[in-house]
Amino acid sequence: MFEVLQNDTLAPNVHRMVIRAPRIAKARQPGQFVIVHPEADGERIPLTIGDADPQAGTITLFIQAVGASTLKIVSTPVGGSIRDIAGPLGKATDIEQWGRVACVGGGLGTAVLYPLAKALAESGNEVTTIIGGRSKPFIILAEELAAFSTDVLVATEDGSLGQQGFVTNVLQELIDNPDKRPSAVFAIGPVPMMRAVAELTRPYGIKTIVSLNPIMIDGTGMCGGCRVKVGDETKFACVDGPEFDGHLVDFGLLMDRLSMYRDTEAKILEELPKELRDKIIKVKR
Amino acid sequence: MKKNLTPKERMAIERVKMPEQDPQRRIGNFEEVNQGLTEEQAIREAQRCLLCKSRPCIAGCPVRVRIPDFIAALAEGNLPEAARILLADNTLPAVCGRVCPQETQCEQVCVRSAKGAPVAIGYLERFVADWAMAHPDKLPKEQLPEPTGKKIAIVGSGPAGLTMAGELARMGHGVTLFEALHDTGGVLRYGIPEFRLPKRIVDTEVKRLLDLGVEIECNVVVGKTVTLDELRQEFDAIFIGNGAGLPVMLNIDGENLKGVYSANEYLTRVNLMAAWRNDHPTPIIHGKRVAVIGGGNTAMDAVRTSKRLGADRSIIVYRRTEAEMPARIEEMHHAKEEGIEFILLAAPLEILGDENGWVKGLLCQRMQLGEPDASGRRRPVAIEGETFELEVDVVVNAIGTRANPLLTATAPDLKLNKWGNIETDENGATNLPGVYAGGDIVRGGATVILAMGDGKSAAVAIDSFLKQKN
Repeated sequence: MFEVLQNDTLAPNVHRMVIRAPRIAKARQPGQFVIVHPEADGERIPLTIGDADPQAGTITLFIQAVGASTLKIVSTPVGGSIRDIAGPLGKATDIEQWGRVACVGGGLGTAVLYPLAKALAESGNEVTTIIGGRSKPFIILAEELAAFSTDVLVATEDGSLGQQGFVTNVLQELIDNPDKRPSAVFAIGPVPMMRAVAELTRPYGIKTIVSLNPIMIDGTGMCGGCRVKVGDETKFACVDGPEFDGHLVDFGLLMDRLSMYRDTEAKILEELPKELRDKIIKVKR
Repeated sequence: MKKNLTPKERMAIERVKMPEQDPQRRIGNFEEVNQGLTEEQAIREAQRCLLCKSRPCIAGCPVRVRIPDFIAALAEGNLPEAARILLADNTLPAVCGRVCPQETQCEQVCVRSAKGAPVAIGYLERFVADWAMAHPDKLPKEQLPEPTGKKIAIVGSGPAGLTMAGELARMGHGVTLFEALHDTGGVLRYGIPEFRLPKRIVDTEVKRLLDLGVEIECNVVVGKTVTLDELRQEFDAIFIGNGAGLPVMLNIDGENLKGVYSANEYLTRVNLMAAWRNDHPTPIIHGKRVAVIGGGNTAMDAVRTSKRLGADRSIIVYRRTEAEMPARIEEMHHAKEEGIEFILLAAPLEILGDENGWVKGLLCQRMQLGEPDASGRRRPVAIEGETFELEVDVVVNAIGTRANPLLTATAPDLKLNKWGNIETDENGATNLPGVYAGGDIVRGGATVILAMGDGKSAAVAIDSFLKQKN
C-alpha cells in the first residue's frame, strides 16, 4: 500500500498527489512512469512521475480524472492509501545539451512535461516553455515551470489567459525569430497537439521529441498492447519509450489504437453515478 | 473395501474417467472443465498401482514426487498420510494435478502403460491436493527448522519462484519474493485460464507459503524498481525466475490493427484483470470469429477463452499438423469437444483490416510438411500460390514468447545466451556467485512443472552455497 501525503486540485479534475513510494523515489529518472492500480479489480493506469524526493521517499503524480479508475485515484484522501504502484518504468529522457529548447505542454501533458523541462534546464539548456489549454483554469504549473524556464508562454483557445490560439501559433513565432529558434522541441499533450507540433517543426528539421500514452497493461513489455509505429519499426511504448522522435511516430495509428475500447469506456461511464459522470463529462467536453 | 489386492485384481481395474463439465454447458462459463474425482473413484484408481519395485514414475517427475508412496497411502484410504507425502515433495500439487503434462512424464513411464492405460497419477495428485486444501486441520503442523539467518531474494512469483520459496523456507532460510505485477502467481495467474486452473487454487498455494513465513512484495520490477546489484548487496543469494514475458511478434502487415492481440495481452486481460466477469470493467474485444495462431497450450487457452467470451467461430491456425502440435492432448481434445475448429498446415501472411482500422480477415498461406528441422519436427514449407482468406474480427498471436530483457539489461555481468536467456549450470547457478536462475528465463517457453523442477534443484544448490559461505 502506498500512502497519500498530499492531494491538491490544480485545475478542474486535475490533481497533484504526493505519495510515499521509497523504492520508486530512489530509482526514478525524469521521463519515467509508474503503473497505478487503484483497487483489486481495477484497471492498471500508466502515469508519468512528475517529481521525486529520494530523501523523503516520495513521488509526485499529476492525475486527471477522466474515467472511473482515475476518479478513484484522485479521490484518495491524505492519509489514505493506493493499493498498487509499480515502477519506475520506461526509458529515462535522453538529456542532451541542445542549447536552446522549447518545451510544449498541452492540458495534463504540461504535468508530464514538467520533470523533463526541469531536467533539461538543470543540465544547462535554455528552456522556453509553452503551455496550452482550453481556458485559464486548465493552464497548470505555470509558476513551477517559470522557476527554471527563460520564458513561460501561454496560449488558450478562448484567450482567457496569454495569447489566444494554440501552442503551435506560439511555437511558430519562436521558430520565426532567429534569436529564439529552438534546436530541439519537446512536446507532450493530446495526440493531435503532438502531431501538429511535429508537423510544424518537420520542415525546419528541428528535432522533436514526443511522449506517447497508448493503452497499456503491465508496463514491462509483456503484452505488447502499447505497440506504436515509429519509422518502419513497431515499438513497445512501455519499454522502448515513452519518448520517441515525433517526426517518425505514426500518430494516426496511435489515435486509432487509443480508440479501441471507446464503446466499453462509454458504457462504464454510463454506469457511474450521475454526479461523478457529469464531473468527468464536463472535463472531457 | 478389500485392502490387500493381488496384482491380478489391481490389473483388472479400469482406469477412471475424469468427470467433466458438459461441453455445451462449459462454453458458456469459466468454471473448471475437469470436476475432480470422488474419494471412492480416487481410492479405486490408486489401487490400480502395482507398487512396482522399479518406480519409474518418480524419475519421470521433474520434482521427484514419491508417487507410489502417496498413492499407496491413498489406496489404503489414509488421506492425511497421502497428503503429507505429496506436500513434502511438491510445493504446488493442486496446480500440478491440473496443468502438468503427465502423459509425457510420470504416466508415460508407468509400468502399466506397457499393457493398457497407466495409473491416472495426475488425477490422484489433484484429488489428494484438493483434499489437503479442504482439510487443513487434518494435516500435521509443519515443523520448520531453526532459522538460519540467511536471506534469499526470489525474482518472480511464478511456478519456479513459488517452488523455490517453499523449499528454502522449509530449510529455515528467510525468503522474500518480488513480483512485478500486482498479484502473485506469474503465468499461473495471468496466463492459465480459470477453467483450467481456478485462481482460488493459486491463492491457497500462495497462502501456504505465507504461513511458512515467506514474505511477498508485489509491484517490484527488478531491473527497474531495484537492480540485481542492489539485491545482491541486501541478500545472501538470489534466484531469478522472472519468466519469458516478451511476446514474439508475427511481423506481418496488419499486426497493429484493432482486434489483434498477443496471447499474453488477451489472457492477461481475461485472467489477471478478470475481463471474463461481466461485472468487471476491464475491456476486451469480444470477437464473433476469432483466429488464434499457434499450436501450444497457450494457443488452446486463448482459443477456448474466445469461445467462452461468446465467439461463434473460434479457430486454431497452425502451420504444421496436429501430430506436431506442442499442446497437451487433453487440451486439444477438450478444445475439439467445445467446437474449436483446427485449420492446419496454414501460416498467417497478412491481417486484413477494414476502413476503420478493425480486423476483418486473416490471409493465410497453405503449407506442407518438408524435411525435419532442428527440433525433429517436419518443417512446414509454403505451397506456392495457395493462399486463402478467413473472415475473422479478432486475431490472437500465440506463437510464443522470449526472455524479457528488463532485468538482464540492467545486469550487464550476467551471462546470457544468444536468445537472451540466462545461462546456468544444471543446478541453476549463473556465472555470478550466489545468483541462480530457472524456469522460462533460462529455458525459453517451457512448462510449469519444468520451472518447478528448476526451482527445486536450485533450492538445494542455494542451500549448499549458503552453507559453504559460512
